[in-house]
Amino acid sequence: MDYTVKQLETWNSKIEEIVKAEGLDCYPQEFEICSYEDMLCYESYSGMPSHYPHWSYGKAYERSKTLYSYNLKGLAYEMVINSDPCLAYLMRENTLLLQILTIAHVYGHNDFFKNNRLFAEGTRAEYTLEMFKNHANRIRNYIQDPSIGYEGVERILNAAHSIRFQTSRVVGVKKASEEERKKKLLDEYYAASKLTSILEEKKEIPFPDLNKIPLEPTEDVMGFIIDHGDLEEWEKEIMRIVKEETQYFIPQIETKVMNEGWASYWHYKILKQLDLPQALHIEFLGRHNQVIRPFLGGINPYYVGYMIFNDIEKKYGKEKIFEVRQTERDQSFIRRYLTEELCEEMNLFQYDKKSRDYEITEVADESGWREIRNTVALQVGMGGIPYIKVEELNQKDGSLLLAHEFDGRELELSYAYETLKHVRELWGKKVALRTQIGKVVKTIVCDENKKISILG
Amino acid sequence: MAIFREYDNRGRDRAAEDRRRHRQLVEDSIKRNITDIIAEESIIGENKNKKIKIPIKGIKEYQFVYGKNKPGVGSGDGSEKRGDKISQEDMKGQQGQGKDQPGNAEGDDVYETEVTLEELINYLFDDLDLPFLERKKFNEIESEKNYKKLGYQRKGIKPRLAKKRSVIEKIKRKKAYQRGDHEDVEEKRFPFKEDDLRYYRLRQDVKKETNAVVLCIMDTSGSMNITKKYLARSFYFLLYQFVKAKYLNVEVAFIAHSTVAKEVSEDEFFHKVESGGTYISSGYEKALEIIEKRYNPSVWNVYAFHCSDGDNWSEDNTKAVKLAQELCRNCNLFGYGEIQTGYYRPVSKIRSEYISKIKEGNFAIVTMTRKEDIVPALKKLLDKERGPVE
Repeated sequence: MDYTVKQLETWNSKIEEIVKAEGLDCYPQEFEICSYEDMLCYESYSGMPSHYPHWSYGKAYERSKTLYSYNLKGLAYEMVINSDPCLAYLMRENTLLLQILTIAHVYGHNDFFKNNRLFAEGTRAEYTLEMFKNHANRIRNYIQDPSIGYEGVERILNAAHSIRFQTSRVVGVKKASEEERKKKLLDEYYAASKLTSILEEKKEIPFPDLNKIPLEPTEDVMGFIIDHGDLEEWEKEIMRIVKEETQYFIPQIETKVMNEGWASYWHYKILKQLDLPQALHIEFLGRHNQVIRPFLGGINPYYVGYMIFNDIEKKYGKEKIFEVRQTERDQSFIRRYLTEELCEEMNLFQYDKKSRDYEITEVADESGWREIRNTVALQVGMGGIPYIKVEELNQKDGSLLLAHEFDGRELELSYAYETLKHVRELWGKKVALRTQIGKVVKTIVCDENKKISILG
Repeated sequence: MAIFREYDNRGRDRAAEDRRRHRQLVEDSIKRNITDIIAEESIIGENKNKKIKIPIKGIKEYQFVYGKNKPGVGSGDGSEKRGDKISQEDMKGQQGQGKDQPGNAEGDDVYETEVTLEELINYLFDDLDLPFLERKKFNEIESEKNYKKLGYQRKGIKPRLAKKRSVIEKIKRKKAYQRGDHEDVEEKRFPFKEDDLRYYRLRQDVKKETNAVVLCIMDTSGSMNITKKYLARSFYFLLYQFVKAKYLNVEVAFIAHSTVAKEVSEDEFFHKVESGGTYISSGYEKALEIIEKRYNPSVWNVYAFHCSDGDNWSEDNTKAVKLAQELCRNCNLFGYGEIQTGYYRPVSKIRSEYISKIKEGNFAIVTMTRKEDIVPALKKLLDKERGPVE
């Protein structure tokens, strides 16, 4: 350690002054200084001090450790949890400058967590740590329970993890009750079938099927299985735990570019005002450039977010960036603020896979930038995860039909088969998934014995 | 003012249990696929420490993900033009810098783990359920028992009397006696006493068997297709590994036969197909010839194994049986593996002849139809081997 905690505190108080003066609005902040190994652990368990056990976290740990040891990936400088007070980790082995940079960066995230709409409406920061601790305890209790045991819990967790993102993805929407939805369907039917003029011909509109389950297709596959499936109470409880965790993480997935861009914008701005000694200043510039460097052939969220926020400030002033960080999410952020000039400046290009190689299909010029922007907007956040809905519960044989909302992107079939087997594990009966391959609609069926067949 | 605190994990490694479970799942997956994995390896010349990459099937975290037909966007250096091609390798190398988000993993990430050949063989041992002692027995075969003199002891039997040493002991005693003011002793007789006598201490010297040869005999006639050879290859590989675990110096000889037999290189052995008929006896003759020339059974432990689809020309059967018996006498173990694929699997004539006529204890017959049969077949063969050891 080439610094003392006292030093960190001194730098921190300088940073806090700037944070306040600049108008950032943060939760109280806590920093935990931990070792490299602890950092690896935190990273594997999504930063949570307490988390339920599952082998996938062991796998994540081994994976990161291998990657770091081969230097394929730098260990995250910072890890921040959306909690109140906001908890962040500093790796002991980092240099003083990295700690200062991280501290400044963390305040950016902190402000984002507290103010962005998705976090404010979709999560309850004051209960974060408690919630994860509570989940961990419940899962451990099930493991201890001799009638369930390790394997029993693992079986459900494996399956639940496979569809963990197949749940309501829109944050802050109030769900209509079953009754309200039935009423709405009927109202719509009557409104549509009503004759508005005597000249109009009688319209043939089918009467809505009010016994259909679900009444209208739902994206909350997890919730649907909990409500309508044939699971034991403890199994449902595990599903709920996984679902709650996903709901906690969705705002982070949905704002990755903005969140990192915002934090990078601020660490740069803050450090510039810190009057760093020469040596630290040079290291700062080097580190900063490393953080926001473009990934050739890929998208670095730090880079893209940083560039866009700077551009917005230049065009519309400082107040505007605060407004944007509050109301947008990645998709709308990219759609509204990724301009032609920015695409050009960042040399963005679009590619398609052509047999073994990739072919560049669009470059950032007058005719191509819109296409590029739309592609980015489509793929950021939850857009990177296929949209699957529960279409219908067959009330004759109890089988479940899912449907993939096709938007031009095909599912990876080998993964779809295995995931479907997990769904079948939870559902207990036959499940099917309707999707599209090329121009053809296909239905993948997983029968009760987990045999996969493809129809259509 | 923010709080700073030093984190102390109090020696707890929170990920340990999940890592253990993950490792266990990896191992289970390897064991499930071991026959597949091993079948890919080249038989000889592989170092036991060589790392083998094996794809793990069971422990991917499957989710609904998009396939590869989707367009992507990346940053470039400004020189990109429409229609430019980027190779897959370049793309991969560059994207590796990206940090993957949950749920964003590409569909094509094949999870691989690296194990050494030795670990693989150990997994296989585990799989075979050999008790530890037995496994040890495989590792240390004691052949001859030699005795080696090693120091002296005061008690012993007459034949092991160490005369020179006993005299030395007596002289020592005499000198000591003289120093004790008994100058006159020179005159008197000074006889041996029981205490002077020394006997050789003997150590049982276990000489480890060092030389072994694996004779791979294979029918390469037209009817032995790729699938059959693949099975044979996997089997030979495993056999070779087992023999290698027991002996220091293991050689392999490959004999390919159709109607005539030839000693060939490994590559030819597995890849060359001849046409025409089959005289199994030709292969055995060649094997006996090689044993006679190069691997004298008194110095070498000979393991011979013959793979065929059993499609022997009938006039050759009697001769084949006779030579098989001859081989049994010259080998530690002689095995016949009949490989039959497809749905129609008749019991071959030669196989029933073997069953009825060869009664030697070190002869084994196994049948393989699918790669899943390889390990059980090996187990059966090794059961034969265990017999005489006990």
